[in-house]
Amino acid sequence: MSEMSGAAALMAALEKEKVEYIFGLPGGANLPIYDALVDSKIRHILVRHEQSAAHMADGYARIKRKAGVCFATSGPGATNLVTGIATAYADSSPIIAVTGQVALPMIGKDAFQETDIIGVTNPCTKYAFQPRLASEIPEMVKKSFYIAESGRPGPVLLDIPKDVQQQVTKMEFPEYIKVRGYNPVVDADLSEINKACEMLLKAEKPIIMAGGGVILSGAFSELQALAELLSIPVVTTFKGKGAFPENHQLALGPIGMHGHAEANKMVLEADCIVAIGARFSDRTVGRFDEFGKDINVIHFDVDPAEIGKNKSVNAAVIGDVKSSLRSLIKLVPKNFRTNEEISKLWLARKRELVNYYEDSIKDYSREITAKKALKKLRELLPPEGIVTTEVGQCQMWASLHFDVISPGTFFSSTGLGTMGFGFPASIGAKAARNDVPVVDIAGDGSFSMTENSLAVSVLENLPVIVFLLNNQMLGMVAQWQRTFYNRRYSGVHQKNCPDYCKLAESYGAQAFRVLSMEELDKAVKNSIKSDVATVIDIPIDPDEDVYPFVAPGTGLKDMIIGA
Amino acid sequence: MKNKYSVFDEEDANKMYILSVIVENKPGVLFRITNLFRSRNFNIESITVGITEKPDLSRMTITTVSDVKTLEQLVKQLQKLIDVIQINVLDKENAVYRELALIKMSAKDPTTRIEIANFASIYRGNIMDITNETITVEIIGTPDKIDAFKNLVSGYGIIQVARTGVSALPRGTVDDDL
Repeated sequence: MSEMSGAAALMAALEKEKVEYIFGLPGGANLPIYDALVDSKIRHILVRHEQSAAHMADGYARIKRKAGVCFATSGPGATNLVTGIATAYADSSPIIAVTGQVALPMIGKDAFQETDIIGVTNPCTKYAFQPRLASEIPEMVKKSFYIAESGRPGPVLLDIPKDVQQQVTKMEFPEYIKVRGYNPVVDADLSEINKACEMLLKAEKPIIMAGGGVILSGAFSELQALAELLSIPVVTTFKGKGAFPENHQLALGPIGMHGHAEANKMVLEADCIVAIGARFSDRTVGRFDEFGKDINVIHFDVDPAEIGKNKSVNAAVIGDVKSSLRSLIKLVPKNFRTNEEISKLWLARKRELVNYYEDSIKDYSREITAKKALKKLRELLPPEGIVTTEVGQCQMWASLHFDVISPGTFFSSTGLGTMGFGFPASIGAKAARNDVPVVDIAGDGSFSMTENSLAVSVLENLPVIVFLLNNQMLGMVAQWQRTFYNRRYSGVHQKNCPDYCKLAESYGAQAFRVLSMEELDKAVKNSIKSDVATVIDIPIDPDEDVYPFVAPGTGLKDMIIGA
Repeated sequence: MKNKYSVFDEEDANKMYILSVIVENKPGVLFRITNLFRSRNFNIESITVGITEKPDLSRMTITTVSDVKTLEQLVKQLQKLIDVIQINVLDKENAVYRELALIKMSAKDPTTRIEIANFASIYRGNIMDITNETITVEIIGTPDKIDAFKNLVSGYGIIQVARTGVSALPRGTVDDDL
């Protein structure tokens, strides 16, 4: 047992958790922590805004599949983290946010830079700790990681008063911890798996709907094995995009508001839906009451509260989806053969739909369109390259036109839909995997929210590629105004300000403005090889819409496939 | 229709449920629970909190009026809270449940005071305070009983009411492993 300060104990405890990176920004209430950081082996990435620190920790976590850590000071530092914490919560991403707090005697006195950050973040954290004694810190850190990473992952807040950071005391670092009211690992009920298996084997037109849970659980090979074993076509939710290789012959891509037309259509024709690690969100299913009506719905999820939340189901398997899927696959009889005739018809229907919509959804005639640009990016980016997105049209185009080949290489702010997420998150992803290119598919509206992270990308040598589909608009809002508000544009014109090339260059990043497919080709090839951050500014037509489109409040069957 | 994935047997219209919830006895827990009710649009009729036989645990008794589907979500969401150790949904038949109410009425004339005192004794209530102008009665019982007493005396002019909310325990032995 050694004596040390609370701040030093925090750093030691983080090192014990094998933390490689801390994304953060110092201030008055976390100065002792930043002082202890000087003596730590952990690499600190200085951000220019705390929101970006949380997104970086989130991006790191999604690729590393391990909690990411961010630091901020009290008050405004902590409140700036909130958007990032809420984003991680909505997408079940494990981050540990460590905030400084005013000293214990000052709490509740409306002190300078005091915010009740535990109160503020309560609805968007899995748990929050506030040590009152420095000696509590090691155990709280260990519990934070355990809670953030296990079960359905999520953000945990550790709010440390300044005097607790400074207090020097004997520290014990526990090897094992137990959280009494928290039992995240449940063994799936075998009888439910049996029932699911029977339903699935009897189904004539089964379909798998893979969600983000497949990615969180790393159940890629199990999902593929199940789909191939029973020849089941696979759609995904948007968060589940890339849970299944999108160039696979059984893949249909994401369903939902801007899902692939063939996927939206096919999921409605199925007689059995197997939802794996998905939560039937409104953006995915359209209307809860219409989706999966009168057919068997089987639900696999680690979170018992998701069963029956939005959708009543016919079989429910609660537990880690990776092990549940393994158990399910084992239950399929060795000599089981899918009824060839029926299965052939179902798979033929899939091909028919793919071909139909390929012909009927027209692309725009310009030299560069979002679709053409994204197809080009796919062609040039190695399959293991990591892709994230901003939020809005760029995100939906990425969902539609960028096929994820290597499972788990794509992520986005799918639940909260946070503009400004993609760029800092891509820097976090680069920290997690610096051996592969990392691309942020961006729009100008979203990118401009966290563009100052260019400084981080350049100075910290975490080069990412910003693939900027620039329509000088808040394009998704503009599209809704075109569609639902009779082209009465309101508050959407960003115009050509700033000049993103000059902006990037002023940060020391490289920039290309591309006006032809040939220039785009060159720019992408160059940026993949580059060891400095790159912004590829791709001007596109502001009138370009995202199709297909399922209007809010309507069902998938009401999908609009073009203007 | 019977819902197979419900932990409860019957599906019916809105009904009062009593939740007996064992939680960590530490700061912030009550806030987390009430905030969950607010943010998920659940409705609390009453909530009581007190320490249990174990000093590190508190028992919360929450009454809520809801349908079975909402109740099921409520229980699952509560279960997700890390400070929640155990939840029992008690039904009226195999639980004892009581509420205490203090009811202050206007009673300026002596016969009124006598009438109210008589009613109180029929309801096994106690007179807690009596002045020339008012009378305060303590009633202990189920919420229905308290409502009935309130209705009975409403004609006299109720000045103030304080109700504790329901406290409850399951009948007989229970194996909870805490």
